[in-house]
Amino acid sequence: MVKVKRLILDVLKPHQPNGLAFACTLAEKCPNCHIKYTVVEVDEQTETIILSIDGDNIQFEIIEEIISTMGASIHSIDEVEVIGSTSPA
Amino acid sequence: MRLFNQFSLLINITRSHLIARRYFVVNGFDGALAMLGLLMGFYMSNQADLTTIISVCLGAAVALGMSGITSAYISEAAEKQRELKSLEEAMLSNLSQSAHGQAARIMPVIVAITNGLTPFMIALIIMLPLIISHWQPGLIKNPLEIATLLAFVIIFLLGVFLGRISGHFWLWSGIKTLFVALITTLIIFLLKPL
Repeated sequence: MVKVKRLILDVLKPHQPNGLAFACTLAEKCPNCHIKYTVVEVDEQTETIILSIDGDNIQFEIIEEIISTMGASIHSIDEVEVIGSTSPA
Repeated sequence: MRLFNQFSLLINITRSHLIARRYFVVNGFDGALAMLGLLMGFYMSNQADLTTIISVCLGAAVALGMSGITSAYISEAAEKQRELKSLEEAMLSNLSQSAHGQAARIMPVIVAITNGLTPFMIALIIMLPLIISHWQPGLIKNPLEIATLLAFVIIFLLGVFLGRISGHFWLWSGIKTLFVALITTLIIFLLKPL
């Protein structure tokens, strides 16, 4: 069993929903996750952000789905931290 | 709760609450002023019976409502589709399944309902004394005058609401809209000989 502990994602998103709403929606769907939202570039209609997500067992599919639902798209997965465990989940 | 959160997200994305609020005031004012005009017309003619007044006012209320719904839906749907297309070009992706796509489909309906229901409901409120008097004759002595007074009160309250939004003194804002209603009434009086 492999548990994802940390993810750093490069994301392109529209200005709306704003950073607070975006991060809060992610946190709602990913309980016990610590989410850090950092804006790195702002264009006329979009912004590039770095999402740093820490948790005990991050479900990437859920994160990806929520990001896509909010109109954003993942450009790249910049950092991953996982823990392998022999015990079942 | 989940539905409420989803709805909040859609409003947050499109800022539609601001558009709906604007439509609420604009079309509400339209509805109240149209009713005031009709009531003043009937008052001046001094010939129409209560059934005729109610039928004409109800017809106008329905027409205002339908006009509000269709015009707002057509313009808002076009506007939201244009915004979505522009955002899709910037994002280089199809957003039809995202909250933005959903908002572009749902929000024009919400705004249209607000735009249509506001004048309709305001017209119905103004007509209440007439309707009550029709159902229970003798309960209200001067239904036409009371309905006219109600129209003035609603127009004043819309002005107060506008004042609260803009942060201006509410009484001054209410008096300004009331002044518009009085000018309208004066014009109708002046046109009487025609």
